[in-house]
Amino acid sequence: MDVTGVLIAFGKIFIVFNALMGAVAFMTWVERRVSGIIQYRLGPNRVGPWGLLQPIADGIKFIQKKDILPDDAYKPFYILAPALAVVPALFAFVVIPFGPEVVLFGRKVSLVILDMDGGLLWGFAATALGVYALVLAGWASRSKFSLMGGLRSSAQMISYELPLALSIASVVLMAGTLRPTEIVAQQAGWIHHWYIFRGFPLLGFLLFTIAGYAETNRVPFDLPEAEGELVAGYHTEYSGMRFAAFFMAEYVNMMTSSALGVTLFLGGWQLGFPVPLEGWPLWILQILAFVVKVAFFQFLFVWVRWTLPRFRYDQLMNLGWKGLFPLSLVNLATTAVLVTLNLNVAR
Amino acid sequence: MQVFAFYVLTILTLASALVVVTHRNPVVSAVALAFNLVSIAGFYILLGAQFIGLLQVIVYAGAIMVLILFVIMLLNLSEEVQPHPAGTFQRVLAPAATLVFAIVLGRALWRGAPSSFPPAAEGFGTAAVLGRELFTRYYYPFEVISLLLVVAMVGAVLLAKRKLT
Repeated sequence: MDVTGVLIAFGKIFIVFNALMGAVAFMTWVERRVSGIIQYRLGPNRVGPWGLLQPIADGIKFIQKKDILPDDAYKPFYILAPALAVVPALFAFVVIPFGPEVVLFGRKVSLVILDMDGGLLWGFAATALGVYALVLAGWASRSKFSLMGGLRSSAQMISYELPLALSIASVVLMAGTLRPTEIVAQQAGWIHHWYIFRGFPLLGFLLFTIAGYAETNRVPFDLPEAEGELVAGYHTEYSGMRFAAFFMAEYVNMMTSSALGVTLFLGGWQLGFPVPLEGWPLWILQILAFVVKVAFFQFLFVWVRWTLPRFRYDQLMNLGWKGLFPLSLVNLATTAVLVTLNLNVAR
Repeated sequence: MQVFAFYVLTILTLASALVVVTHRNPVVSAVALAFNLVSIAGFYILLGAQFIGLLQVIVYAGAIMVLILFVIMLLNLSEEVQPHPAGTFQRVLAPAATLVFAIVLGRALWRGAPSSFPPAAEGFGTAAVLGRELFTRYYYPFEVISLLLVVAMVGAVLLAKRKLT
């Protein structure tokens, strides 16, 4: 390990962390503005130009709020839960390649924090641990609404992890690797090389997106917090920065889910068409392509949230086990047959 | 660096294992067990078996322990105020099991670790190598295990559905 290498590694972490946090703050604004447009009203537009400084005002407000520790709460887990929500969400982002291999200070630098062989599994393991935050918050609050929220989240996460994993598995089958950087490299060239169009076209992507919405507890699958029935679900008892941590975790999870979807199905940082450029102009364009794709995914999240109503609990379970699960098996089997017959090769 | 990581992991594993068996609150025990499983995954990764380590986190900590937590929360188990009275079975079996474990442990310590290990094979611990082994050398045991899982699943359905319509 040399000094420059260490510095570059720290630089990548610094940039990704801050970009992620900045995007989270920005998204809270986008969410409210877009919901305003969808519902034919204005949304926050007072703080700063177009209300852009609203997230900062929110942050200051959250810090000032009184931090309430309920008497009956099981304190160690009650305090631990918000941190447990944010950390795994950030961990998962480590393996996402956000740009090509660039030349920096005369050395080749791959624009991913951790380029490991089982990278996809790492991302999956991190998101799988995120459920503990919800369950523990629900249980440690010692409130019936929180407990119901925690219970719902554990059942929901387990049910929807299966279609999620199986849709990822279909891409892994086609790619023949678990390394995210290689999966992106295989989607180079024209747009039909992207995995969304290969195998069983669109189905894998659709399954991944739906399961991703359930895993991030977003409408139409926000049963763990369902404010109409459970007050605020698992975080009912939380206030101030601890509540903000849960809020942040939700948005970071959305980012991770989007970035994972982009990496697996939408070609990662690939442009989707050849351009007559090389060096930094090309690399910046490719990083921008990644950002634009993730932003599209994020907009989809917001759009769906303010358009669709919430599922009922039995509908949620039926959709997961009787709809998505068999479909994802069909998707995986079809992909396996195509791969064996060598028919999935993009031309 | 590796030795340091080994000691940290060892302390975490042993401490969380102690919490699992000694804590009175079942939810705390379950969470400690999840923590224990994650730190054991750390050992796998330290040994170069990255794939197994990550699968350990996904399957055991990420799915099975969440289910166990779910059941504990549903049953709403309270803290144990008094120790359970030991039955006759436990009175006889517990010392016997302890003795057997002590003998196994003592033997392992007595022998000591071999001074050298053969170098790991090419690509050890990666998904590709593991998959190849599973579908060639260990093909039949692999299939038998999947059969066992199907049997367990059918059994679970039968138990849950007393009346078959």
